[in-house]
Amino acid sequence: MSKIVKLKKGFDIKLAGKAEPKEVEFQTAKTFALKPTDFQGIQRPKVTVKEGDTVKAGSIIFFDKAMDEVKYAAPVSGEVVEIKRGEKRKLLEIKILADSQIVYEELPKFTLSSIRSADAEALKKHIAGSGMWPHIIQRPFGVVANPADTPKNIFISGFDTHPLAPDYSIVLKGEEENFKAGLAALKKFTSGKVHLGVDSAKEVPSVYANLEDVQVNKFSGPHPAGNVGVQIHHIDPINKGDIVWTVSPSGVAQIGKLLLTGRYDASKLIAVTGSELKQTGYAKVISGTCVDKLVQGNLNYDNVRVVSGNVLTGERIQQDGYLGFYHNQITVLPEGNEYEFLGWLKPTAKKLSFHRALGLLSFLNGSKEYRLNTNTNGEERAFVQTGVFESVTPMDILPVYLMKAIMAEDFDEMEELGIYELVEEDLALCEFVDVSKHPVQEILRKGIDLIQYS
Amino acid sequence: MKFLRELLDKQKPMFEKGGKLEKFYYAFEAGETFLFTPNHTAGIKGAQVKDAIDLKRMMITVVIAMIPCLLFGIYNTGHQHFLATGQTAGLWEDFGGKMLIGLQLVLPIVIVAYAAGGLVEAVFAVIRKHPINEGFLVTGMLIPLVVPATIPLWQVALATIFAVVIAKEVFGGTGMNILNVAMTARAFLYFAYPAQISGDTVWTYLGDQAVVDGFSGATALAVAYTAGVEGEAVTSALAAHNTAIGAGLFEFGNLFMGWIPGSIGETSTLMALVGAAILVATGVASWKIIVGGFAGAYIMGALMNLLAVNEYMAMPAEYHWVMGGLAFGVVFMATDPVSAAQTEIGKWIYGIMIGVLTVIIRVSNPAYPEGIMLAVLFMNVFAPLIDHYVVKANKTRRLQRATV
Repeated sequence: MSKIVKLKKGFDIKLAGKAEPKEVEFQTAKTFALKPTDFQGIQRPKVTVKEGDTVKAGSIIFFDKAMDEVKYAAPVSGEVVEIKRGEKRKLLEIKILADSQIVYEELPKFTLSSIRSADAEALKKHIAGSGMWPHIIQRPFGVVANPADTPKNIFISGFDTHPLAPDYSIVLKGEEENFKAGLAALKKFTSGKVHLGVDSAKEVPSVYANLEDVQVNKFSGPHPAGNVGVQIHHIDPINKGDIVWTVSPSGVAQIGKLLLTGRYDASKLIAVTGSELKQTGYAKVISGTCVDKLVQGNLNYDNVRVVSGNVLTGERIQQDGYLGFYHNQITVLPEGNEYEFLGWLKPTAKKLSFHRALGLLSFLNGSKEYRLNTNTNGEERAFVQTGVFESVTPMDILPVYLMKAIMAEDFDEMEELGIYELVEEDLALCEFVDVSKHPVQEILRKGIDLIQYS
Repeated sequence: MKFLRELLDKQKPMFEKGGKLEKFYYAFEAGETFLFTPNHTAGIKGAQVKDAIDLKRMMITVVIAMIPCLLFGIYNTGHQHFLATGQTAGLWEDFGGKMLIGLQLVLPIVIVAYAAGGLVEAVFAVIRKHPINEGFLVTGMLIPLVVPATIPLWQVALATIFAVVIAKEVFGGTGMNILNVAMTARAFLYFAYPAQISGDTVWTYLGDQAVVDGFSGATALAVAYTAGVEGEAVTSALAAHNTAIGAGLFEFGNLFMGWIPGSIGETSTLMALVGAAILVATGVASWKIIVGGFAGAYIMGALMNLLAVNEYMAMPAEYHWVMGGLAFGVVFMATDPVSAAQTEIGKWIYGIMIGVLTVIIRVSNPAYPEGIMLAVLFMNVFAPLIDHYVVKANKTRRLQRATV
């Protein structure tokens, strides 16, 4: 039975620079990159190409020796121009100079009915070998799923409540058949159900209409209502020993497209957002695209930060950096690397705050959209204020106690306090509202790594 | 402000690693961040924007909330002096004179508390190499408000140093302490130098002037306790008290307003409630603790009414709200987020228990007329235990879910 969940806790960060709801033509980028650092849980990446090799879209370019059935594929065809490594030869980027006309590896084609009648293991093997498998994430730990597992359930959050997040009714327009095919494949992988969470306050996008193979649950409330972790918590929470998988709606559509067309086609619509852009909107790009064509000449301010993803969970990239594998959005913000005289004392209505302490007037502004910069607005301190994290976390979880357990490296405590239910994005709001400016998401990942690898 | 910034930028290398004054980096940093919010930006991964709040702003909000109590305390110090020495009777007569006396007495205490505590903070910051804790902004203001105006300044300094070192810095600074720092300072004074912080003679500044015939410097709590022992109805004993300097000193309305002898900032329930309104409206203090504290005191007072074996126990419960430092303690001391319970259910239990314990100590303990100080310290110690069980309940819910 589908469920209706009303959430009250949380906070919407309203930013200026929402993507105009239309597709905008940007020039196609010349280079593309696959960043192994985008994938959680990769332990021993093995690159299978050399600089100078030519690849097709869908050619396998690396895999993880610890889980070698899952392959990672080139998003475009062209020449491998650089394999960038960092400290201790850590693999950072595999850069490809794209051909003007993309050539695809030819893979087997399916139809909706042949997916439904296919053997689950064979289908898993096919997707795992194609390069699309990393769209499937395993909880606990938020790592790339292991095809050998059978998850309890598979969850898809059909809407995104992050700041300036793309609207899936635009992103998935015309992807109806792909989405259905993707769902049909996922349905075969679980012994339980495939759950799709939709926003009960908005009209359901056409792509989510008339779906089989899936249970649709409705959620309402401020961010993080759209986070799949929150939805899992309210539908069928993760306990110790459980494995569930999550996939983003674009991931489902991409998997479906792979099966229906027999091609590794990583093209997608992304939202180009942020207060510092002249032209916002949706851009048709290929996964791993260089963002230079989206940003350069499109800025109305010099000192900016380009973020791959949204401002709560995203990653800073250079103006000629590359879009992350999982990201459907770039955000361009003013960089906040400046001093402010008595910045801690001045009354301000220009800066957004969840709090109402002396001089923080943003709570009077209603639905105003803010131009926020990246300044931390203060320094890191010990935990002092209490009750704040709980009021932006719509789960039966005590985030501060969990943080302290992780800092103390107390494994039992972490487990008992529910670390299995969380990945970084679920506590991203805590990081925003924190009076003491802790790197909450980084701490959480440290805890997850401790639990997973030791 | 560019000039200031340039000046700081010029000095900065001296304090940074390898500089001549490297040791004093955190002292420099404290000054610098006080003047300018630093140019730090969000990390590469994770939240790219941050909330406008920081600990400095939170702490200054508490200081602002205490200002009504401070101003009232200053004026009341002068007012009580004039009453006791029979110079004026009217509340607003000789406003300037009263303010002047109040300022002469109170300002030095505030300055000494901030100076002594600030020095300890700076020394620890330099030795332990950590930033100076903003928590002291609040502590330095709280300590003057919970001592009588007549207290010797050296005692203020000593108590502040003791409290900041023993109650806070040995645990690692703001955020790590178990006891409320200002309450620890007061407890230190209470047990080390009782002559200057208890009894009937310390609450009103007399100077070298003679008192009015029949004047008594006792506080309402002392009067109530004596009445209880002597079997006199407490309300009439309070009403009849000190008629020498004007009738109705200890009537409910005047107790609520706070024109009575007592520690500098604690006398006025009204001003404490103004502070509470600021703290709750800004979300800095937990309303659950404040409501819990007042409710706990009332419930215990009412319960005592039912069981009344003496007159003090029979006193109407609402008097507990307005006598002594309950209101001030519940609003400003109990709500210290570090030493209070940290879970939401825990805050209710913690607040209510503070109210309950305060009344028990007041009514049934012959040694201490006031109970809020010990109640807050006692519950500070118990707060982690309360939280432990609330957290355990959370864990149990998760565990039960798993076995289903």
